[in-house]
Amino acid sequence: MSNSSDWWYDEAAGPMVRPYAMVSGRTRPKPAGEDLTLTTQVRALRTTTDQATLSVEHLEIIKLCRKPLSVAEVAAYLHAPLVVVKVLLSDLIQRGDVITSGPATTVTPVDMNLLQKVLDGVRAI
Amino acid sequence: MVSVQSDRPDSGQGGEEVLVPSSVKIVVAGGFGVGKTTMVGAVSEITPLRTEELLTEAGEEIDDLYGVEGKTTTTVALDFGRITINPELVLYLFGTPGQDRFWFLWDELAIGSIGAVVLVDTRRLDAGFGAIDFFERRGIPFVVAVNCFQGSHSYTAEEMRAALDVADTVPLVLCDARDRESCKAVLVRVIEHAMNRLDVMA
Repeated sequence: MSNSSDWWYDEAAGPMVRPYAMVSGRTRPKPAGEDLTLTTQVRALRTTTDQATLSVEHLEIIKLCRKPLSVAEVAAYLHAPLVVVKVLLSDLIQRGDVITSGPATTVTPVDMNLLQKVLDGVRAI
Repeated sequence: MVSVQSDRPDSGQGGEEVLVPSSVKIVVAGGFGVGKTTMVGAVSEITPLRTEELLTEAGEEIDDLYGVEGKTTTTVALDFGRITINPELVLYLFGTPGQDRFWFLWDELAIGSIGAVVLVDTRRLDAGFGAIDFFERRGIPFVVAVNCFQGSHSYTAEEMRAALDVADTVPLVLCDARDRESCKAVLVRVIEHAMNRLDVMA
């Protein structure tokens, strides 16, 4: 996992340089990643797709998402801004390297059964 | 709960199903320095994480950055925690950015949330007004949690309710944002409140 102190640039370069370099200057995810929200769950698949074309960051995401993680967690662990992570994830979704929980799982109003599960869960911690 | 099958025919998964959990979230809002991240940390199973949104992306129409070129690197930090309810369901707790100028981010946080905690500090009650107003207007269930710092002047819940001008239908609880059980109780109130609201609507 990268650490902010590992970043190669100096302070004068500014934190914008590397994030956008990671995604070749792209600021919008591919259509496959348009519905990604902070809490969308991402999980890596065991794929046989060619990984040679993937960046270090792509591979890092695949590694992180061997167990399901939210988009926000991926961004935090990768030390990258959300928008950058969404772009990287959209690449991986399109390639079929990761899958996500559908957007339907996070719309309101949430149903009673779901709320009861959350309530029971919080009481149990 | 959701066993999502990859919908990409070219993914080569051959119908293999992989479990991807559902997620829900609760928003912890309030003024700057009121203890939001402390509360998230008190109940989260992980040390609160921080993720950053680039202001130049989300805030173009809000913040006029012209003439402050040095500011193009501004980011808004979101602190959040996680409670794994079961292998199929994860609850996230998101602290809102404390500064008023980041209101535009609140919508993304609020959409799809179960409900919210508006954390207030008795020394700066007015810092909670904005958050209360935000959730009231959007019809998002919320509870007001008064963070009782040690040594801070204590008022009664009714005095607090009057000062904050919140309706009787909005739960108001006293809490200690550093205390796990106390914060758990606040979350329970939020979820129960959301359930009651859903019941009334049904």
